[in-house]
Amino acid sequence: MDRQDQHGRSRTRPAPARSRLPFVAAAAAAAAFVLTAGLATPLNPAPQKAAAEAAAEDDGKKTLTVAVAQSVDSLSPFIAQRLLSTSIHRLTYEYLTNYDPKDNHAVPAFATKWQPSADKLTWTYTIRSNSRWSDGKKATAQDAAWTFNKIMSKEGTATANSNFVTNFRKVTAPSPTQLVIELKKPQSTMAALDVPIVPKHVWEKVDDISKFNNDKDFPVVGNGPFVLTDFKVDQYVKLRANKNFWRGAPKFDELVFKTYKDQDAAVAALKKGEVSFVAGQPALTPAQANGLKGEPDVKVNNGPGRRFFALATNPGARTRDGKKFGDGHPALLDKRVRQALFLSVDRKAIVDKVFQGNAVEGAGYIPPRFSEYSWQPSAGQELGYDPQRAAKLLDEAGYEKKGGKRVGKDGKPLNLRILCHATDPNDKAVGKYLKEWWGDLGIGLKVNCLDDVSVPWYAGEYDLAFDGWSVNPDPDFVLGIHTCAALPEKAKESAATDNFICDKKYDELYEKQLAEYDPAKRAGLVKQMESWLYDSGYMNVIAYPNAVEAYRTDQIKSIATMPSAAGNIYGQDGYWSWWSAVPASGKTSSDGGSSTGVIIGIAVAAVVLAGGGALFALRRRSTADDRE
Amino acid sequence: MTGAESNPAAILAAEAEAARTDRGAPGGPAGQAGPRGRRDSGPRARDTTAYLQYAAGKLGGALVSMFAVLVTSFFLFRLIPGDPVKQMTGGRRVSSEQLEAMRQEFGLDQPVWQQFTAYCGNVLTGDFGTSYQFHAPVMDKITEALPATLWLTGTAYVLYTLIGIWLGTRTAWRNGRLGDRFHTGLALTLYSVPSFWLGLLLIITFSVGMGPLPGLFPTGGMESGDESGFAYVVDVAHHMVLPVLTLVAVGYAQTLLVMRSSLLDEMGSDYLTTARAKGLRDDLVRRRHAVPNALLPTVTLMFVNLGTVVAGAILVETVFSWPGLGGLFYQALSVPDLPLVQGLFFVFATAVILMNTVADVIYPLLDPRVGR
Repeated sequence: MDRQDQHGRSRTRPAPARSRLPFVAAAAAAAAFVLTAGLATPLNPAPQKAAAEAAAEDDGKKTLTVAVAQSVDSLSPFIAQRLLSTSIHRLTYEYLTNYDPKDNHAVPAFATKWQPSADKLTWTYTIRSNSRWSDGKKATAQDAAWTFNKIMSKEGTATANSNFVTNFRKVTAPSPTQLVIELKKPQSTMAALDVPIVPKHVWEKVDDISKFNNDKDFPVVGNGPFVLTDFKVDQYVKLRANKNFWRGAPKFDELVFKTYKDQDAAVAALKKGEVSFVAGQPALTPAQANGLKGEPDVKVNNGPGRRFFALATNPGARTRDGKKFGDGHPALLDKRVRQALFLSVDRKAIVDKVFQGNAVEGAGYIPPRFSEYSWQPSAGQELGYDPQRAAKLLDEAGYEKKGGKRVGKDGKPLNLRILCHATDPNDKAVGKYLKEWWGDLGIGLKVNCLDDVSVPWYAGEYDLAFDGWSVNPDPDFVLGIHTCAALPEKAKESAATDNFICDKKYDELYEKQLAEYDPAKRAGLVKQMESWLYDSGYMNVIAYPNAVEAYRTDQIKSIATMPSAAGNIYGQDGYWSWWSAVPASGKTSSDGGSSTGVIIGIAVAAVVLAGGGALFALRRRSTADDRE
Repeated sequence: MTGAESNPAAILAAEAEAARTDRGAPGGPAGQAGPRGRRDSGPRARDTTAYLQYAAGKLGGALVSMFAVLVTSFFLFRLIPGDPVKQMTGGRRVSSEQLEAMRQEFGLDQPVWQQFTAYCGNVLTGDFGTSYQFHAPVMDKITEALPATLWLTGTAYVLYTLIGIWLGTRTAWRNGRLGDRFHTGLALTLYSVPSFWLGLLLIITFSVGMGPLPGLFPTGGMESGDESGFAYVVDVAHHMVLPVLTLVAVGYAQTLLVMRSSLLDEMGSDYLTTARAKGLRDDLVRRRHAVPNALLPTVTLMFVNLGTVVAGAILVETVFSWPGLGGLFYQALSVPDLPLVQGLFFVFATAVILMNTVADVIYPLLDPRVGR
């Protein structure tokens, strides 16, 4: 850069510009313009009026505002994948089934009844006749058949939901109230098809579905409890209540998802009353939750979450045809070592110290909120906190303690690495505890925190890793990621597998549960799989983190959690929370504060400006004396 | 020569030339007879061609830089570890067919050189591709967020530049006094405050309200969403107060310090003594003689800052949930959403290059010795 030089020269022989006046005038004009734009509000009487109008509007309309951190990826049900977008689809479209808010079992939604054939390969759904699209047309089985066929056609429509249809042979609608799905092989998850059904008469006019984001024509035609009325990227998504919803109209008139990219700012907005609800991402931090506990009219909901937080061990990464890759520690191939590691993890301490009580101690693979499938180890099976037993197991496995370090038969000390998500403070904190506990046991640990763990993970280049999944009411997916079929085809390629687990017994159980149509028997099989996973020491569930979220009780009188006894509100399987929310009498969330606030704001700004102006004038006068 | 007459550059240059000689001649206006006499067409024509050559050279350089940016942006972001497809679907139920379909859709299944040639071809036709995560054309995403960013950072830019120049001038002129120490200290303190922290403090005090102070401003976002017309403008301005305040508070120190130090350099100069000796008031000496000469480094800084206006302010945009380009860039990087990252990187780099070029091109107008 030679500019530096130019400055240097400019200093030695300066040249005053003659025509300064236009510049000054332009600058003054710009400043004046900017000042009006920036400070118009406190000085201008207009906001007062605007606020008054808004307040008048609020009186008639009950609005529920939810602070969310995520951006909408797409509003098209064929493309959308993020939690926020799919939650909006839950609210604006009907799915064939829904999940009971009490215990997560499948309940009627767009379909009133579903029945498999004797050979288990054909499912017949009876479609309800009292559901109407928001444009007045009747919603029928044809719409459902068209939606499924569109996903199966793979015209770029497979992005979001194709995992549901891979096993479908044919989908037809012989009558407006009957939907028939023929399968290639039996599939027990047919009451858990989380696919939004779209109106055929609207969507068949779309030119290129793979590029259509469904965000141009509002209101968007749907038949859920809410109708999508407006969307501004990274600002808000607005929904209005569907008064004709067959299950009954929602109590709030309007539902707004407002973007707050920063969680502390969202909490501030809740304190102020600008939003009615704050969902954590994935949970409010203990500090935020504690800070809100003292607030009047704010309720912190600390319910069981749907995630598990686990310690995964590398079982030796390999491809589907058995080619080994990666550099997982060979000691971990011994089940006794894996179990010893977990035996020396004090889960209670982690729940108390790291999660500060906002979690439940881990055990089985599926969180207890899914009561149908949740499993607990028997007393004899349980791997509780027992460092002595851990030491004994390590001795048995041939890792003697010499000079404070566990040494293998090859004479090398046992040192392990653990992959942690740099973005997750819990991972780091738990890593510190593990280092201490395993250090006592004689095992060295290196905590390797990365922004993106997926690279070493898929390369199999780790010994242990912090792992976690969000579990659905139907456990098929979280079980499927541990089957041999999920392994990558080529080394280091990303695949559906979670942790390279591949076991014949587990796979057999998986196939059986997928073909088992009797819910009780299927649950039994799922529990056997969980039991196997627990014993294997491959997936050690440390805790089930709670969903920590908060809402204003002066805006929301009541709202349903899921499971209803104690559960979460944001990100439910179903529309229960927002559909059931009852507005509190009086205030609803409003933006920008009350009109009194604005008036006081104007007054304060005026005083400050006047004071500043006076000071400036005084100074000028005094310096003018100096100057002459 | 009519062309040269109407060329503002030439006129300005000539005027500056005249002014310089003016100062050199102690006789004041009387001395102007000489230089005015030199105002024949010869040197001016030479100046104009020289200037045009200079400007063309700068523009050519800018074009080369932009092409280099285009090429590097493609390869640079492919160095980010991570599989976009896996990152996007992380933690959700997907089948391997789905992953495959997505890879195909994004063209990630093709060899890199093929992706590169396709990318270059498309960019030359103005097509930056389709964002992986938003499934919308990159250009649409950028133009959608650009106005918000320009409003926020542009307003802040104008304000902190004006405040910086004004305070910088004052503090330098009265350096060493209490006012100087106060303003320099305050500016430096604010400069070293993390912007997101200051933003949060402002939210807690002025949005939520504290003690007797009620919440005056919205906590975040750009608009309430139910206004139109003039009410909409007021609404956006209302939302803009705190983020702009944050940006100005954190940003004005730069301009202040540069302005102050370059003015301090000028203060001992002989021509100021001369000006005073002519009997000019102190204020006039400062305004007419010292400040214009000290302005050049500040102008450089102004243009460098102007170039970054487009890039937005990630932290402040995040704290105030402002729907601008900074936030978009962060989202794009975390996937990595390659087309969006490339597009944004190109736009940001282009803005900086363009502003630097504009600065280069107008330097000779401010100081005729540059570019000869």
